[in-house]
Amino acid sequence: MSHRAQLPSHGAVVHPPVPAHVPAGAAANGHMTDSVTVDRLVVHRGRTDVLRDVSFSIPAGRITGLLGPSGSGKTTLIRALVGVQRITSGEVRVLGRPAGDPTLRKDVGYVTQAPSVYRDLSVLDNVRYFGAMHARSRADALEAVAAVGLGDFLRRKAGDLSGGQFNRVSLACALVSKPQLLFLDEPTVGLDPVLRADLWAQFAAMAASGTTLVISSHVMEEAGHCDALLLLRDARLLARLTPAELRSRSGTDDLELAFLRLIQADERAQAGPGTTTAVDGAR
Amino acid sequence: MNWRMMWATTVRVLQQLRSDPRSIALILVVPSVLLAVVYWLYQNETLPPGVPRTFDRVGLMMLAIFPFVVMFLVTSITMLRERTSGTLERLLTTPIHKGDLLFGYALAFSLMAALQSVVATAVAYWVFGMSILGNAGWVVLVAVVNSVLGVALGLLCSAFATTEFQAVQFMPVVVIPQILLCGLFVARDQMNNVLEAISNVLPLTYSVDALQEIAKNSQATSSMATDLVVVAGFVVAVLLLASLTLRRRTA
Repeated sequence: MSHRAQLPSHGAVVHPPVPAHVPAGAAANGHMTDSVTVDRLVVHRGRTDVLRDVSFSIPAGRITGLLGPSGSGKTTLIRALVGVQRITSGEVRVLGRPAGDPTLRKDVGYVTQAPSVYRDLSVLDNVRYFGAMHARSRADALEAVAAVGLGDFLRRKAGDLSGGQFNRVSLACALVSKPQLLFLDEPTVGLDPVLRADLWAQFAAMAASGTTLVISSHVMEEAGHCDALLLLRDARLLARLTPAELRSRSGTDDLELAFLRLIQADERAQAGPGTTTAVDGAR
Repeated sequence: MNWRMMWATTVRVLQQLRSDPRSIALILVVPSVLLAVVYWLYQNETLPPGVPRTFDRVGLMMLAIFPFVVMFLVTSITMLRERTSGTLERLLTTPIHKGDLLFGYALAFSLMAALQSVVATAVAYWVFGMSILGNAGWVVLVAVVNSVLGVALGLLCSAFATTEFQAVQFMPVVVIPQILLCGLFVARDQMNNVLEAISNVLPLTYSVDALQEIAKNSQATSSMATDLVVVAGFVVAVLLLASLTLRRRTA
């Protein structure tokens, strides 16, 4: 079963390439509104550059994949978008407001990489508690639990569930608020292929109903499920493109290989300015 | 402040506690067992006529000290878990106000503390025949205020620990000096000046003083009220400090 078979119809929409250095908000595709715009974002932690001069925008109502090897700055970038990361310089705007603005808290959902739920609470109690922060009802909580396929485990203590189930409790706690914009940090890590496919189908359905999703992953295969990709490497934004562009630019259907080729091209470009490559948007 | 979110937090904390019946049993039973120990400790003392039993003094103070110690421990560990499990960071990305979280915690644990002190006070009165002049209701009130003090200090201290092991180590630092200097072992006016000065800035001192007022007077006195206000002031100050340790944005 190919991953692409799971793609919903809107997955076929091709976004025009947006060079990463175009200032936030000035995306060529003017008909589409942007949920997130990032302009020259820099994050230092101690003496390390965690993010170096990153600029891009994220279209509303789409799935944007944030891909890159571990340690490339994905989590820090998501944290900056959510507004929990102290940034060194640059500007991050989310739904037209500065990231971390108090009024954003009701519109933005965040699923951390490590599942952050209460192990000693039942599945339903966890989801109801996070739902209460958004004035959601018990019915909303039941719906969110059902959406992640845990309907049979309502009364089970979260800590007694398997790793993958535990992960999904964390996801349900974000879904219950029905956010306009949902950030998911590696939500599919450690899940079996069937569950992964289920979740991606669900993300696609959410995007179809207008939710903007930003999903990080270090598994390049998953890039195929996204409408737009942000490729991070070594604290820099390597490229912002669509999966189709990634394939055509690197001349392979294998997204893993495509990413590797992009990296190699980038390395050549860094080594000598004479050897220009096809990597638009990389700096 | 949003009452719904605060109440949701209280319910959640109590639900967490409910899933741990052993802790509930310890919270409710241990104080009574320790009271029994204190009772038997002074069983054979000989007193000149008219002098109150030592148990009436020590047992009474212990009624205020238990909830303080227990709630300090329970809170610092629960809050530490909240910090290290990522749930705190997640909560702070939701519309919850820091005050809703802190007061939600304080309310949940003070309900537990009220239950604990009702049990302990009942045992002290009816099983061990504790006799003081004041009303037992005041004793329970002081115990609850003290438990909130323990909650507040626990919330604050959890910020300075990164493991549960470290959190427990705060007990000798924060709790034991207060027990030593509160007037339980040596009356405060008999301490040397330095220790007395230190005891003046420790909140537990004022709770114990309030209890002594209750023991000596059949009616509530103004100095008991002052003591309670001082302890409440400490609680608010410590909660404010604790709220500063809840950061929405971190490096």
